[in-house]
Amino acid sequence: MTIIAHERFQGAADEFEYESDRATPGRTRAATITLRALEKSFGGNRVLRGINLHIPAGQFVAVIGKSGCGKSTLLRILMGLDEPTSGELHFENADGADAQGNARIVFQEPRLLPWLSVAKNVAVGLGDGVDKGAALGEAEAVLAEVQLVEKANEWPARLSGGQRQRVALARALVSKPGVLALDEPLGALDALTRISMQELLNRVWRELGFTAVLVTHDVSEAVHLADRVIVLEEGRIALDLAIPYPHPRRHGNPALAELEGRLLAAILGTETAQ
Amino acid sequence: MSTFDTPIGRALTDRVERKGNIRLPLPGRDKLLPFLVPVAIIAVWQLASSAGWISSRIMPSPADVAVAFWSTTATGQLPHDILVSAGRAFGGLLVGGSIGFLLGIANGVSKISEQLTDTTLQMLRTIPHLAMIPLVILWFGIGEESKLFLTSLGVLFPIYLNTYHGVRNVDRDLIEMGRVYGMRSWTLFRKVIFPGALPSIFVGLRYALGIMWLTLIVSESIAASSGIGHMANNAREFMMTDIVVLALVIYAILGKLADVVARALERRALKWNPVYQK
Repeated sequence: MTIIAHERFQGAADEFEYESDRATPGRTRAATITLRALEKSFGGNRVLRGINLHIPAGQFVAVIGKSGCGKSTLLRILMGLDEPTSGELHFENADGADAQGNARIVFQEPRLLPWLSVAKNVAVGLGDGVDKGAALGEAEAVLAEVQLVEKANEWPARLSGGQRQRVALARALVSKPGVLALDEPLGALDALTRISMQELLNRVWRELGFTAVLVTHDVSEAVHLADRVIVLEEGRIALDLAIPYPHPRRHGNPALAELEGRLLAAILGTETAQ
Repeated sequence: MSTFDTPIGRALTDRVERKGNIRLPLPGRDKLLPFLVPVAIIAVWQLASSAGWISSRIMPSPADVAVAFWSTTATGQLPHDILVSAGRAFGGLLVGGSIGFLLGIANGVSKISEQLTDTTLQMLRTIPHLAMIPLVILWFGIGEESKLFLTSLGVLFPIYLNTYHGVRNVDRDLIEMGRVYGMRSWTLFRKVIFPGALPSIFVGLRYALGIMWLTLIVSESIAASSGIGHMANNAREFMMTDIVVLALVIYAILGKLADVVARALERRALKWNPVYQK
């Protein structure tokens, strides 16, 4: 059993070796993620069944699947919010050091602290050991990145849903993470806001070069943003598909639409759907 | 434009704009309106006393109460009694409030602490604390300890309950976010749990202020040798209704003042909350 799993893992690593060649000097902070035979059970319910996955530094991976396929659990384990029942999980920097603490998450809800100003909420992402003035300076720099610097001193309650999620993104990015996990971060936004948020995500990812793991329901979003889409089905990797098109991608690209169709068919289990 | 830029001018243009919605052309109308009813009551009361409809042995006139205020202030008795009473009240609030607050935080955060003490506290809470007065007099006599003990006991439970409730109801998602972003227990408490529980803690504080005065009045009337309650009780023996009523007025003013301060603190501490934003 373990041997088979190991082979499968090797295969996945070979297939995506070309990705790590793309790493540029700006991407040195990005971490490599490796999962080996990862299992997670809640009671007798096996949510994740032997996940083997190698994500090279700087890759944008989207994880999609039906509700209850285990994609959110996978992300929670990556972030250390849940412990795996068995198996291994490694985060490695370019120099081989452990990078687990260098991972940040954006949740589906913004989860801003309503009693802190926007800038102070962003500074939460820097942790405790940072000088207050310097922290606010860095926070404003990242807020400029997400085009919200003029809201730095507002209360979160005064912002729109999309603006709040941009603050949450800034909070995740302010510490220059090696890994950014995104748990359906755009799921609660309206369609137009979602498109502009996708552009923003794509831009900051290209500029900062972190490794991104996006969990989403939205196949079109996955195809639009990711280098690689993984379909989870009943806790197993059912499909691991490379999306070899340059960024930024245009909405309505027919090649992407074709891939989207294939992925939808895989998720819904209707092979004939074109 | 400038022709209408006076309070009355603005009120007039306002009235024109709001067709049919007649407004009093008074600046600060919102501030004056709450005082209309008390002023009217005092006026009618004074009128009834002056006309001889109410015997001064039953109820003194407002003017008599004002005279009593001046005479007791001149002798220094009233300021002294106010200071003594206020000191007892806030001493009790400090002691009982701190105990209630700490227990509320501990039981909100720690399962073990909650299992250990919550049932006991809920049981004690159902005993009317004023029923302890005979026992308290046996323990402490009529010294300061008896008042401090009773007011502390009175304010402890509302502050405990609301602090506990507030901590328990802090958004779990925010706590999880804090953990993911590397907050250790003290930072998590300072940045997430305490501010999240604060609205509820303020509800407890304002409720406790009411109980604080109530407890103090009762315990000062029964077991004290100074303070407003003692002053009133003493005056009763000499049928000095003006002093008795003066004591009531002082209690009302002190209670209102405490509430105003608590509200101001609340508005300041919770200004992030849309409810407190103008």
